[in-house]
Amino acid sequence: MNRPPDGVSDQELHAFLDGELSPRRRLAVEARLAADPALAARLREYRLLGERLHARYDTVLTEPVSMPPYSRRRFRPMLAQAAALALLVLVAGALGWQLKARSGEPQEFAELVQPAAFAHRVYATDRHYPVEIPAVDRDSLDRWVSQRMHTELRAPDLSGQGLKLIGGRLLPSTNRMAAQFMYEDVNGNRLTIYIRRITDFPGVANFRYREQERLHLFYWIDQSMGYAVVGEQPATQLIAVANAVHHAMRIGEKQ
Amino acid sequence: MAVGNNETMSRQAEQLVEYIPRLRRYACALIRDRERAEDLLQDTLTRALDRLSLWRRGTDMRAWLFTIMHNLHVNALRRDGRRPDILSLQCDGVLEPRACGKADQQAGLDDIAAALQQLPEEQRAVVLLVSLEGLSYRQTAKVLGIKTGTVMSRLHRGRERLRLCLNGSQESAPGLRRVK
Repeated sequence: MNRPPDGVSDQELHAFLDGELSPRRRLAVEARLAADPALAARLREYRLLGERLHARYDTVLTEPVSMPPYSRRRFRPMLAQAAALALLVLVAGALGWQLKARSGEPQEFAELVQPAAFAHRVYATDRHYPVEIPAVDRDSLDRWVSQRMHTELRAPDLSGQGLKLIGGRLLPSTNRMAAQFMYEDVNGNRLTIYIRRITDFPGVANFRYREQERLHLFYWIDQSMGYAVVGEQPATQLIAVANAVHHAMRIGEKQ
Repeated sequence: MAVGNNETMSRQAEQLVEYIPRLRRYACALIRDRERAEDLLQDTLTRALDRLSLWRRGTDMRAWLFTIMHNLHVNALRRDGRRPDILSLQCDGVLEPRACGKADQQAGLDDIAAALQQLPEEQRAVVLLVSLEGLSYRQTAKVLGIKTGTVMSRLHRGRERLRLCLNGSQESAPGLRRVK
């Protein structure tokens, strides 16, 4: 290292900026910086580089987690898409999901995602009457929903995820009824599960993720039923909830 | 056994999902072409998920992921090096990779992206891991498989080149030899 007797080497200046210097040398560098405006200016410029890098690239951090947000592809488009799908398959595989990779999103998903997001926006924000049947009448809720949906359906227990059931409601859908169960964490953040019948879809469970404004959605189709887990919670939290819901629904079927 | 193992895997996968935005940020800064950056990200995640069981708990997952990305990137460069058509696209419109052109001197956020392209590959990686991703010199050395001293010299050369590029100044700081 080419440190002049009374001075500061180039590498020490960087180490100072990056917090990698010993306390003793830090003091020495500080003293030198105070006495040498040119050195101080150079340090400022190095620091500014970091700020400019963040200003330029931090926007990337808020992009959706799974699928690439652009459609323009010049290089090996099939391969890249396959890789993106493989990622979903693998994440899901690691989480114990059963799924089948498909390219492009079938129409059925739009009929699931849009109403699920819409119902969440309408009811999760309602402080007074967010649900039709509150959780205290859980038996009635399950009975009523099962009856109108023509299938055995229970609001899953998500206490393991730190979520308390508030209650649920029925909603009209283009294919009979849809159900919405609403949950709340200790901080009052709400999360909804939207369920509707999807008859034309083969009985495979597809697992997908999407962001819509501030909402995050995990959704899938299983045994002619479509499910969506909706909330503003981070995707990492929702994926755990979605996993638990998927599991609970599978167990429910067997009983 | 299967249940415990699944739970571990699931937690690890969740942790991995958490790092996706930062991996994408690094890839985008490393490779200017967005599609190629996205390809690198997807390849990295695929590889990481494939090897998740090999990741040792208690070690730094982020450094592990950056290591995978770095290795895939280096492999891709080597592979593309044999294909001139792809290599020329790497420069992404920069005609003289070593010169600090007028375009780099204009104010605006894209400057820094253009200036980054002027750096040799190994300096760019070091500057980004330290200045953008906030890795320590030791972590950076580990990710890139080089010595800490090498990290420090590349960091200096890289930052100095960026600084000069962005200033549009052709003179070096006093007492500093211009690094070519």
